[in-house]
Amino acid sequence: MKILVAVKRVIDYNVKVRVKADHSDVDLTNVKMAINPFCEIAVEEAVRLKEKGVATEVVAVSLGTKESQEQIRTALALGADRGILVETDEKLGALSVAKLLKAIVDEEKPDLVILGKQAIDSDNNQTGQMLAALAGLPQGTFASELTVEDGKASVTREVDGGLQTVSLSLPAIVTTDLRLNEPRYASLPNIMKAKRKPLDTKTPADLGVEVASSLTTLKVEPPAERSAGIKVGSVDELIEKLKTEAKVI
Amino acid sequence: MAILVVAEHDNAALGSATLNTVAAARQIGDEVHLLVAGSGCGSVAEASAAIEGVSKVLVADNAAYSHQLAENVSLLVAELGKGYSHILTSASTSGKNYLPRVAALLDVDQISDIIRVDSADTFARPIYAGNAIATVQSSAPIKVITVRSTGFDPVSATGGSAAVEQLDSAQDAGISSFVSEEMAKSDRPELGGAEIVVSGGRGMGNGENFEILYKLADKLGAAVGASRAAVDAGFVPNDMQVGQTGKIVAPNLYVAVGISGAIQHLAGMKDSKVIVAINKDEEAPIFQVADYGLVADLFEAVPELEGKL
Repeated sequence: MKILVAVKRVIDYNVKVRVKADHSDVDLTNVKMAINPFCEIAVEEAVRLKEKGVATEVVAVSLGTKESQEQIRTALALGADRGILVETDEKLGALSVAKLLKAIVDEEKPDLVILGKQAIDSDNNQTGQMLAALAGLPQGTFASELTVEDGKASVTREVDGGLQTVSLSLPAIVTTDLRLNEPRYASLPNIMKAKRKPLDTKTPADLGVEVASSLTTLKVEPPAERSAGIKVGSVDELIEKLKTEAKVI
Repeated sequence: MAILVVAEHDNAALGSATLNTVAAARQIGDEVHLLVAGSGCGSVAEASAAIEGVSKVLVADNAAYSHQLAENVSLLVAELGKGYSHILTSASTSGKNYLPRVAALLDVDQISDIIRVDSADTFARPIYAGNAIATVQSSAPIKVITVRSTGFDPVSATGGSAAVEQLDSAQDAGISSFVSEEMAKSDRPELGGAEIVVSGGRGMGNGENFEILYKLADKLGAAVGASRAAVDAGFVPNDMQVGQTGKIVAPNLYVAVGISGAIQHLAGMKDSKVIVAINKDEEAPIFQVADYGLVADLFEAVPELEGKL
């Protein structure tokens, strides 16, 4: 079976972002970019399914500017077979991404699509669910365990209060939680090999999708700063402060 | 036009986050309807009718909705939602699961995790792990929104007297099924709504050592949380995780024990009223947001603190 994995280029998770002085957006110039951590987990899971003999082909797709090629190459170095870049300079909202991915799903007809549960920049947690709705497919979101057999996917999901297991008929959409797996490191030979793997480039127009959003960002501001606190010297002093100064206990 | 709020519940009891979501809805408009979709959820419907500021409760009681499967619930909410200007639910794992599906079915963008209502079409939400707050305006015909509970004070659970209307809806997409669930049992308050939260990190060393935090928590009537490091190391289950990818809390008092304070953890707790950090590393970033910091060995400080309370 074929697995499609969607990967997003985002700011590296260790970088502390800065808001632009004109409050139009966060400043991404000269900032280290990387594959979204949840997407990396999605690639790893797809590659593991291939290594188990469940999957025969893993296709990595990314949507965005030309630079997103780097993240597709990362996915290829981790073990994906080929890549598709849907290139656009437009800022894509989750619904547009889901529509573009739906068009790719119609073309590629994968049995399973794996995405991260959320991108660490927009923090939306929407795309997988929207894709599932548009394609009329079942969804296993926030997956911490995935088993595929007999035309069904069994997904253990991380929910408030514990774990829930659902059974989905294939094809299906799965979004990854952090505990699904531990992504491998790409070895240098695999990085070299990845450079020769095929990578198709398309545009939203090729896919017949009009990219538009009903959302306008009016401004982006830094959050309220917390004023620096004090260090206390002992447990007694801490209790004293909490009782009389902060009045929280 | 009226606003539809989808209630959060487990078929037996109404989730407290619903009260925060109704509060957000009341800031948008006056007429708020509540949808209770579940199975055998009569007591939830009753509780919903008593919520302050709710004018109508719609109940879809059917086996298809018993485990809130996104495939089924989204069909119901999208169908019903066409008659509303806004559809809101809390940004719980359940709401995050089905609401984007509703938005896609209605062909509109969704706004996730709002913390502020500026007007009926303008909302604020955190991005980049809470390191920036975006103010977003929507021109969508139906605004589909998840609400961060900690951003809104709850409305009262009593005092309302909404009319209850039964729907005979049974949307079953037939493409997914519930298999099993494994819920963590705890007598302590629920993490999301607790007044005091005590959290442990990698510094706890192992799962058994969390016992000293449980003792402290019980003395304070607090919930117990954890950092990702503690969850990944297998000290405690994942549903205790506080952070960008776990639960967002904003209690009156947050006590971070043996937690360094990575960006992803701060995203989940930095709106707490008072933050206390106990850590032996004086340079730990958690001290930059803590109101009261104690540089000490947690294995001495925590039992001492517990003993002296």
